[in-house]
Amino acid sequence: MSLRTALLFAASLLCARAGAGEIPPSERRSGYDLMSRETRAMQDDDATNPGMLWVLDGETLWNRKAGAADRACSDCHGDARESMKAVAARYPAFDAALGRPVNLEQRINMCRSKRQKAPPLAFESRELLALAAYVARQSRGLPINITIDARTRPFLEAGREAFFRRQGQLNLACAQCHDDHWSGKLAGSPITQAHPTGYPLYRLEWQGLGSLERRLRGCLTGVRAESYPYGAPELVNLELYLMWRANGMRMETPAVRP
Amino acid sequence: MARAVVTVPARATRGEIVEVKTLAQHPMETGFRRTQTGELIPRDIIRRFTCTYNGTEVYRVELHPAMSANPLIAFSTIAAETGTLAFQWVGDNGYSVTETASISVE
Amino acid sequence: MGTTRREFLILAAISLAVPEAARAQLDPNLAANRKAAFQEALRRIVGDAQVRRGRVKLRLPPLIDNGNSVPLAVAVESPMTQADHVRAIHVLTEKNPLPDVVSVRLGPRAGRATLATRVRLADTQSVTAIAQMSDGSFWSDSAEVVVTLSACLEEGLI
Ligand code: HEC
Ligand code: HEC
Repeated sequence: MSLRTALLFAASLLCARAGAGEIPPSERRSGYDLMSRETRAMQDDDATNPGMLWVLDGETLWNRKAGAADRACSDCHGDARESMKAVAARYPAFDAALGRPVNLEQRINMCRSKRQKAPPLAFESRELLALAAYVARQSRGLPINITIDARTRPFLEAGREAFFRRQGQLNLACAQCHDDHWSGKLAGSPITQAHPTGYPLYRLEWQGLGSLERRLRGCLTGVRAESYPYGAPELVNLELYLMWRANGMRMETPAVRP
Repeated sequence: MARAVVTVPARATRGEIVEVKTLAQHPMETGFRRTQTGELIPRDIIRRFTCTYNGTEVYRVELHPAMSANPLIAFSTIAAETGTLAFQWVGDNGYSVTETASISVE
Repeated sequence: MGTTRREFLILAAISLAVPEAARAQLDPNLAANRKAAFQEALRRIVGDAQVRRGRVKLRLPPLIDNGNSVPLAVAVESPMTQADHVRAIHVLTEKNPLPDVVSVRLGPRAGRATLATRVRLADTQSVTAIAQMSDGSFWSDSAEVVVTLSACLEEGLI
């Protein structure tokens, strides 16, 4: 970061509101609302939203037979526009066999290995992102809907604890940026309230599509904290907390972010 | 897999100017970036895009590394007659993708 | 949370101060070299012809979210007839590693002389669009863009 950007960033943070604590529902904002008009337009028009390239790949994969079972997702689930409607809006969801919540990518991979008898897809691989984007696209415009019960509560609390815990060499908590300084900017990017409304999403910095876990790992590295491997329970707990915290907000997949 | 997405109106009146939007899946690697160990990542870009309308070229683009990844190219053309718009992207390392869209003109 | 604002600012600023070292290694003559490259690219396109201001409208957002993908639109005033149309549109930058961004060949069949795309901008700089008309004349427009987060921050400079 140049000195100029550092100054810009410091100046913009000085305008940010002070205070601490969770954001009241009436003040919740999607990252969408804090982006430039141009980036919003890029997300809004399917003809120019590059995330649609992955959604279309996902549709192809949805209908393609795979694995020893030689079954396609569509062989069991039919038309995704019906069967996958609002599904992504309830993930991470509790898996009884594992006894813990799993995110959407993990859920898809469970069908890959158990139902298709195919090797699981690597996290952040083009195929897994495409399938997740296609499934989550069927929730676009629908409200995030995480229900917490006795089985999931401990995981939610662990996620909440991680969000408020200071960590890394910089000794910063997620909440310090995302609850207390969300209207500020860091190196030109709006900090945002960290609502995971649009994942997987197309990030201009990545020049490609990425998952929520990739985003979280980026923020962890940003505070020089230890990052967890993809699929680690620590990350899924954070995802669960973030999705629960965004309950009622509309899904935007595939969103676009700076 | 979806190597490109093109958006063209399905129908138009003769002589109407219609909007064409295209996205191609490509990293557009500039050739100026380095890996973490300092090696230069070789250039890998789309060099040329063409749109032909029933065989006649209507729009041609020469791309350079400064074009964004997954390049968007949007332009207009006159709906001359019913037929096919054919799109082609050609680039480094033998990259070549074609896509078509039909338009019905009254 | 128990962090003072001042403390927070310093910590957060550190968390982003990455490519400073990379920038320092850049050739000190870089600015001059890139200006020369721009002039050369311009000469290659227009030859000895005069380039006039006008007829071309270049639209870029004045402040952008990320230099990796800056929306850019060019529209050239022209009847787009067989006798009088735009033959080519070129876009050049002053501070990217290469001045050329994109060149378009078109004709009356386009109906309108426009291009909408997304480009990479390495720095705050001026961008120029040049149109060549069917009579051989050249017209241009320029726009200034403020880039706060330049292209490819994660991996270094483009
Ligand atoms: C052989 C049949 C079969 C195939 C093939 C299959 N699934 Fe499934 N899938 C199921 C069944 C049955 C369930 C629900 C029961 C369970 O496994 O827990 C399910 C559940 C799911 C869920 C969770 C739905 C919810 O409401 O929470 C998702 C998401 C999913 N599948 C996606 C996929 C994708 C993507 C593919 C292709 C890569 C796929 N499935 C292939 C049978 C299949
Ligand atoms: C130093 C401040 C800072 C800290 C601490 C921080 N983040 Fe972020 N975070 C940002 C900024 C700035 C952005 C948006 C800009 C960008 O994408 O780089 C962001 C983006 C996000 C997003 C994406 C929101 C969207 O609209 O898609 C999520 C989710 C997120 N952060 C979660 C977290 C979590 C969880 C933690 C704690 C582990 C955390 N952040 C810690 C600064 C921070």
